[in-house]
Amino acid sequence: MSTLALAARDSSTMLRRNLLHARRYPSLTLNLLLTPIMLLLLFVYIFGDTLGAGLGGGRSEYIAYLVPGLLLMTIGSTVIGTAVSVSNDMTEGIIARFRTMAIHRGSVLVGHVIGSVLQSVMSVVLVGAVAVAIGFRSTDATVLEWLAAFGLLVLFALALTWIAVGMGLVSPNAEAASNNAMPLILLPLLSSAFVPVDAMPGWFQPIAEYQPFTPAIETLRGLLLGSEIGHNGWLAVVWCVGLAVLGYFWSTSTFNRDPK
Amino acid sequence: MTNLAIAAHGLRKSYGDKVVLDGVDLAVPEGTIFSLLGPNGAGKTTAVKILSTLISPGPASGAIRVGGHDLTADPQAVRAAIGVTGQFSAVDGLITGEENMLLMADLHHLSKPEGRRAAAELLERFDLVEAAKKPAATYSGGMKRRLDIAMTLVGNPRIIFLDEPTTGLDPRSRHNMWQIIRELVSDGVTVFLTTQYLEEADELADRIAVLNDGKIAAEGTAEELKRLIPGGHVRLRFTDPAAYQGAVATLPDSTRDDESLSLQIPSGGSQRDLRSILERLDSAGVEADELTVHTPDLDDVFFALTSTDQPKETVR
Repeated sequence: MSTLALAARDSSTMLRRNLLHARRYPSLTLNLLLTPIMLLLLFVYIFGDTLGAGLGGGRSEYIAYLVPGLLLMTIGSTVIGTAVSVSNDMTEGIIARFRTMAIHRGSVLVGHVIGSVLQSVMSVVLVGAVAVAIGFRSTDATVLEWLAAFGLLVLFALALTWIAVGMGLVSPNAEAASNNAMPLILLPLLSSAFVPVDAMPGWFQPIAEYQPFTPAIETLRGLLLGSEIGHNGWLAVVWCVGLAVLGYFWSTSTFNRDPK
Repeated sequence: MTNLAIAAHGLRKSYGDKVVLDGVDLAVPEGTIFSLLGPNGAGKTTAVKILSTLISPGPASGAIRVGGHDLTADPQAVRAAIGVTGQFSAVDGLITGEENMLLMADLHHLSKPEGRRAAAELLERFDLVEAAKKPAATYSGGMKRRLDIAMTLVGNPRIIFLDEPTTGLDPRSRHNMWQIIRELVSDGVTVFLTTQYLEEADELADRIAVLNDGKIAAEGTAEELKRLIPGGHVRLRFTDPAAYQGAVATLPDSTRDDESLSLQIPSGGSQRDLRSILERLDSAGVEADELTVHTPDLDDVFFALTSTDQPKETVR
């Protein structure tokens, strides 16, 4: 079997294993889904009128503003689960067994990554469904824009997942993994997800504007709602590819080191 | 000369200043059971981890070949030849026993029907059919260990590493495990076994190496090693001083303890040894109140093997 075929076959075996875990123990995934859904309801129904007024509209305008950021935050929340389950997995003897088998080395991690991206997509669909149920509507988006939006979400999930896998690998236990991955769900609070960057203090604006979430949020907004995308499109792609590559090399080099 | 399944020269490994393996030579012929015997912390697990490609050997190590392949140059070829059951259970607790077996079959690239057949056969052989649909995390220690070995056997490895396979098992499970290990070798498989129990090495191994403090302290068959051990003796205890004196007279090579009216006679504890002692007592018309056989244990082995280096410690 060629290296590539071996890699594909072993990765799909590992993916099946991870999906089996996720299906049999869905509580972690569902718990992590609660955060974005609660924030969605909180910001729409409790703060929505005031924040909407700040944007020059009302609650329904605020729903439109909020949802793209929350969809990306959902990914941040889902990958915390990835960091935790990778860290848990590494403490299991079965990983040592995998390391002594003639399988493709990276397949253990690739299985986690693909499984986690699929979970992210499912979570995004669920949160998106809640958003539609409370009144979110995409305006003027063509099929191509929808596909691009979907592609961006997948790429973003891939990037954050590789980073989360690295975090899970360097964490000694599940608690540490959860703490280490916390920035991935806190970063959206410091982005344009909830309020526009213009509304933030001047010294903070560059940080908020150029962190990974804001360009992705602005791009998603543009694709779904027709707002200006500008340089945010390529900025988002560069961030995603950069983080994915960084996370990939970090994770694989950590995994290939001798286990303790 | 028979082919060597495992050949290691000058195996070394240290973590920082701590030397775990300090130049260990190993030669295990194909189709035999080799036991690495030693106390906790002797370096047994480190040796297994290196030989099974889990961790890299120390930079100063000599050539290491497993299954005819160079360990550092071609670890994947080594991995294809071996199966490993580590000290801590290497089963996926979140999925069922059967799913664990099918996972192994998939990773060995067996076809679906082949994999299902191999899984079913091994589950049957290791008495896990009833538990096959339950999550492995719910298994008892003995069942987990059996599942662990069953998973190791998927793909028919030619060399099997077992790191303390019976530690923590109850006596019945331990004997089952011994039976399993004996069956493995009858199929021509090579077994590399670590244990802290002399009895276990004695039961199973063709050759035993005693690892102490990162070095091989002695190597040989169980018989050869036992000859190194002076610890075996028969102890006779008396309540009647007259009988005690009679026994002292008839067993002149014994060590006396006049206070407790007991005698120690050096002995390997074999049937013939015992019979000879009893016959001598009978012919002198002496009856002991208590007879105990003390067989050499790991403590004795270590005492014997380390005393040559440190003569001071031989004085008890």
